[in-house]
Amino acid sequence: AEVEETLKRIQAHKGVIATIVVNAEGIPIRTTLDNSTTVQYAGLLHQLIMKARSTVRDIDPQNDLTFLRIRSKKHEIMVAPDKEYLLIAIQNPCE
Amino acid sequence: ELKEEFTRILTANNPHAPQNIIRYSFKERAYKPISYVDQMAIHFSLNGNMILKDSDEGRRQSIRLSTAAEKAPVETSAVTSEETEIKDEESTGDTQAAGDEEAEGSGTAEVAEAAEAEEPPRPRAKEQKLANQFNFIERASRTLNNPMRERACQSEPTPCKNFSATANQWEIYDAYVEELQKMERSKEKEKTKVQIAKREEEKKKGRNLTSLESQSDDITKISKAAKIMERMVNQNTFDDIAQDFKYFEDASDEYRDQQGTLLPLWKFQYDKTKRLAVTAISWNPKYKDLFAVGYGSYDFMKQGQGMLLLYTMKNPSFPEYVFSSESGIMCLDFHNDHPYLMAVGFYDGNVAIYNVKKATSQPSYRSSAKSGKHTEPVWQVKWQKDDMDNNLNFFSVSSDGRIVSWTLVKNELVHTDVIKLSVEGTTMQGPEGLQLQTLGCGTSFDFHKKIDYLFLVGTEEGKIYKCSKYYSSQFLDVFEAHHMAVDSVSWNPYHLKVFISCSSDWTVKIWDHTIKTPMFIYDLNSAVGDVAWSPYSSTVFAAVTTDGKAHVFDLSINKYEALCTQLVVAKKKNKITHIQFNPVYPVVIIGDEQGHVTSLKLSPNLRRMPKEKKGQEVKKGPEVEIAKLDKLLNLVREPESKA
Repeated sequence: AEVEETLKRIQAHKGVIATIVVNAEGIPIRTTLDNSTTVQYAGLLHQLIMKARSTVRDIDPQNDLTFLRIRSKKHEIMVAPDKEYLLIAIQNPCE
Repeated sequence: ELKEEFTRILTANNPHAPQNIIRYSFKERAYKPISYVDQMAIHFSLNGNMILKDSDEGRRQSIRLSTAAEKAPVETSAVTSEETEIKDEESTGDTQAAGDEEAEGSGTAEVAEAAEAEEPPRPRAKEQKLANQFNFIERASRTLNNPMRERACQSEPTPCKNFSATANQWEIYDAYVEELQKMERSKEKEKTKVQIAKREEEKKKGRNLTSLESQSDDITKISKAAKIMERMVNQNTFDDIAQDFKYFEDASDEYRDQQGTLLPLWKFQYDKTKRLAVTAISWNPKYKDLFAVGYGSYDFMKQGQGMLLLYTMKNPSFPEYVFSSESGIMCLDFHNDHPYLMAVGFYDGNVAIYNVKKATSQPSYRSSAKSGKHTEPVWQVKWQKDDMDNNLNFFSVSSDGRIVSWTLVKNELVHTDVIKLSVEGTTMQGPEGLQLQTLGCGTSFDFHKKIDYLFLVGTEEGKIYKCSKYYSSQFLDVFEAHHMAVDSVSWNPYHLKVFISCSSDWTVKIWDHTIKTPMFIYDLNSAVGDVAWSPYSSTVFAAVTTDGKAHVFDLSINKYEALCTQLVVAKKKNKITHIQFNPVYPVVIIGDEQGHVTSLKLSPNLRRMPKEKKGQEVKKGPEVEIAKLDKLLNLVREPESKA
């Protein structure tokens, strides 16, 4: 569908290394990486998102987390949380 | 008898003792007399408490007495000893209660003594219980302990379940919000119960469908997140451009006298529109980063399909919405109040309304040959205010010389001819005595911002007609504007009397609609494709020419020359077709013939606001702009009035 196309475009975009779709329990549904790395990313980022979300909401319950970006030396991990899903993209911002 | 002698014997016999005692003997199983009867009679007994001095007890006591004599003053000891006596009596009385009946009297006296002696050496180990040596019997008895038997009874345990949750502030908030929603839903359900049965059935079907849909494709739920992610990925890739857009202000403008530059930002292209030319651009009135681009072809020979794309500046790689059509799109306009509705005019003379909210690629409403479409390409469409029945309506102008008002009545487009552009003085005599009017070809029009019925139409002959919606046969005024087709007319957004026009005859002219001759004329050395006023200043406008250049003018700074003339696209292969200012950001978008849309940022010189004089407040708002332009116009008008 349209969403599939969007995901394909994201994956094909310049610098994007991988995309992972994770469900509410932290189990990866779709991935373009190998299994072990995917599971690792999914588990770790899931916990981090829970923590980040609870932080934001504790300060103001009407607020909610919309996006999280972790920029590291080698690449940038971007996580877009949804009600039930988590979309993770790892990109190499070419500089 | 008196002489009888009675012998009196003095014996040691107890007179009270029985003379014979018969005891039952268990051995012989008979009663047997006991031979000897005890004759002792006790008259008095007293238990003495004298102890032999050399016995153990005696020795101990003597040691104690000697130490007691060494110790503290007698008074306090006497007082305390009294207290201790009482205490000790009680305590020792308790301890001795079990056995010691006979020794009671002696016991207490002994205790008192012991207490006295005990008082100083209390820190010493506690003395053993003093007991009467002669008569002390300790007899203990114990009741029979019943054997213990354990009997337990257990009820069936209630089923347990482990439950853990966190009670954060936001969890509580979420719970409240859910409650509210449930209440609202229950209210709605009450309302729906009143409706007809058919509708209820339909709704049930709808609900079933939605539940099926939600089960089938889980991936669709991630659409929102995917969209955000795509924009973020794009932002990363085009990071420097995004930074430029937000923060870059060309510092070299200070040294450039008064010239400005246009900084190229993102370039928008889509592979399906590579062969099509940009024929119309329009910014969305509600979302300031969203703009629509219409694709078609200006070439008479090469007419193909058309496309309508909506881009957002947040995602330069891919359009947000794509619509395709069979005929090339020539113009488009967003509705001010309904930012999801777009009116579109086609090359084949049709008009259509696209609804962005709907998922289909087809227009919601379309005109057809039956419903009075134009016979020539529609060059411009513009939305009007809703008419008296609250129907949406818009105007269109076309080369067939008609200006038509289209109204959306009950899901159909109904047309009304507003005016026919008849060329003056060209009535011909046709066959059978008919008077034929040749009609001019309208190429562009614009409605006045404040005066609703007033509008301008530019024609292919180079004339500009000032018309009113109420007069369908006559024009209010005619301006002999250009030598070639008028490509664009536009009212000044602030000043109520000024408008601008551009034409393929290489000129851009600024007019006051009360005066027949133009105020300013600019020759740009190449056919001018489009001209647009800036939304932030009444004296700034931009024009694009077919040689690929963009010209930005500011009349308050330089009346005769452009502040910026910049080559935007490759000269030979490409021509620029349209330009539009963003209403909020200092950005212009320019469309060209190869389907590319380039966005450029205006440098600070091009955006100068009037300088504040010291001590005076800076007035902001349309009045200032109007005044600014008025001042300029007066300068131009004066020599004319003199002449």
